[in-house]
Amino acid sequence: MTDSISTPAAKRFRVQTRTRVSTVTVIVGIAVFALLAAAPAFVSRSVIQDLFFVLTMLALAQYWNLLAGYAGLVSVGQQAFVGIGAYTLFAFTILTGTNALVAIFLAGFVAMILAIPTALVIFRLRGAYFAIGTWVAAEVFRLLAAQWKTLGGGTGTSLPRSATRDIWGIEFIKDLFGAKTSAAKDIEAYWLALLVAAGTIVLVYVLLRSRFGLALSAIRDSEPAAGSLGVRNFRTKLWIFIIASFGTGITGALVLFQKARISPDAAFSVIDWTAFVVFIVVIGGIGTIEGPIIGVIIFYVLQNYLADYGTWYLMLLGALATVVMLVAPQGLWGLMVKHYDLHLFPVRRRLFVNKHGQDKDG
Amino acid sequence: MLSWIDAILQGVLLGGLYALFAAGLSLMFGIMRLVNLAHGDLIVFAAFIILVIADLLGANIFVATAVTLPIMFAVGFVLQRYLLNRTLGKDILPPLLVTFGISIVIQNGLLETFSADNQRLQAFGIETQSWSLGGGIAVGVMPTLTFASAVIAILALNWIMYRTELGRGFRATSDDPSTAQLMGIDNHKVFAAATGIAFVVITLSALYFGNRAQFDPTIGSFRLLYAFEAVIIGGLGSLWGTLAGGIILGVAQTIGAKINPEWQILAGHVVFLVVLVVRPRGLFPRAVD
Repeated sequence: MTDSISTPAAKRFRVQTRTRVSTVTVIVGIAVFALLAAAPAFVSRSVIQDLFFVLTMLALAQYWNLLAGYAGLVSVGQQAFVGIGAYTLFAFTILTGTNALVAIFLAGFVAMILAIPTALVIFRLRGAYFAIGTWVAAEVFRLLAAQWKTLGGGTGTSLPRSATRDIWGIEFIKDLFGAKTSAAKDIEAYWLALLVAAGTIVLVYVLLRSRFGLALSAIRDSEPAAGSLGVRNFRTKLWIFIIASFGTGITGALVLFQKARISPDAAFSVIDWTAFVVFIVVIGGIGTIEGPIIGVIIFYVLQNYLADYGTWYLMLLGALATVVMLVAPQGLWGLMVKHYDLHLFPVRRRLFVNKHGQDKDG
Repeated sequence: MLSWIDAILQGVLLGGLYALFAAGLSLMFGIMRLVNLAHGDLIVFAAFIILVIADLLGANIFVATAVTLPIMFAVGFVLQRYLLNRTLGKDILPPLLVTFGISIVIQNGLLETFSADNQRLQAFGIETQSWSLGGGIAVGVMPTLTFASAVIAILALNWIMYRTELGRGFRATSDDPSTAQLMGIDNHKVFAAATGIAFVVITLSALYFGNRAQFDPTIGSFRLLYAFEAVIIGGLGSLWGTLAGGIILGVAQTIGAKINPEWQILAGHVVFLVVLVVRPRGLFPRAVD
């Protein structure tokens, strides 16, 4: 779509918010979604579990990217909301017998509600200190979870079998694929992860193309300038933090639903839910929607080949992210954009100057 | 009643250790606005170096620390000069991510080299000695030495900052890096020296930290959080404030532990959050940012 400005100047300028490539992206995206949705019919259970992992990491990476790449809120405490989401799921299913699907959704809301007081305290810290502040907040939630004796305290607890088996649609999946209950559970979790990941990308895309997104880019470029032009900096950042917490909470609940076992250390792990996520975004390209997608693919390939090496693998990831940050801070996708001017998810309004009234890209 | 006084006293002494943790972090932030997320892991790293050197030389940990100090100064100098300097700029993301990456690399490198076993820096039995103050209250020799070292370290850092040419360079680059450069200061060298000094303080804190309790490669990140909390409670830019922040944190932890042993760490975090709400700039702020 090309917005025209109804003044004489309209002939000389045009604002582009969609490219031919982005239209192709939508079509390819829908095809990939359909393919992934049909995947349980023709791939093995272990592939489904791998894909589940990739999709949930992708969702977490998109939310971290929304915070750090767009709102300038560099958080190293996103494990707080993974853990809160997961504990909400376990609390509702174990203590009140709520259906797990409902509980996963509720997990998002609880994460969102707890994000508000958290933000009000840690937003008092700026920049780099904000980052460590989020980490402290995550530690507080982890220590509180360890005090929750009915959910196993420091050692944690497991989801009862009934909670993972009596979810909606499980019989349908068993009939459809002729699968056993445990395999059907994995397929259902995988479909949910697919919905969450796809929903996240659509949400972030729509969000960034809205007025809200414009305010965000303004804040990212210069906070005082944005403020002086009437952007409500604090409120905009608060909303982003709350939205990211909601998504991170749901994703966290989903991940630990699939694992069916929780402990404070696993649910609030800074390595699993923040370090990996940060590395995915940085390697792929921060501040773009495409970056986390590229990043998660690289992450998955590395993990497949190197995870057996344990600590060496982590060292390599850390070193790789460090090198990328120093040599190409815009990540791999950033390099692509630089060389090919490719925008799969155009979220910027780009101004083109037409020469002699001709429709030429400037 | 006496047991409460004892808890407070032990907390104050513990605060000395936290002040040492915090001084290194505070120094690096104060001079180059660099928040070092690997700070805690570097403390653990230094503790392992002391351990290895004590083993190699067959010396006690104080001698080993004396040998480690210049080594760590060099490590800090080189790290800043060739890696961290490249991350400095308007954007806060590169230094954060690079130090986060370093933190992961150190942690896993130590795990690979030394396994996850618990280690301790043993000091020929003085860690068990204490002075009795009467009424059942006693202060350990090592905690007292830790606190004294923290005070001396802060005096020394203040002396460097305000009485030496190097310190003038630190303050000048901190105030305005481009003008400092115009006056003939090589910012990159000044920053490298600052990180070297911060690493000396890190090594000193590693000695007391490793002697106080067992450590393993994974517990560094918690030290980062304590250091950070002490800095924020005390107020940015003031080393004496940092000591006060460390003491407040230490007392909060020992009192929390006295009420319920599981609440020790939580109590420290809660006091930090309360200070953040009530006095966001800390108790004794000096710097503007």
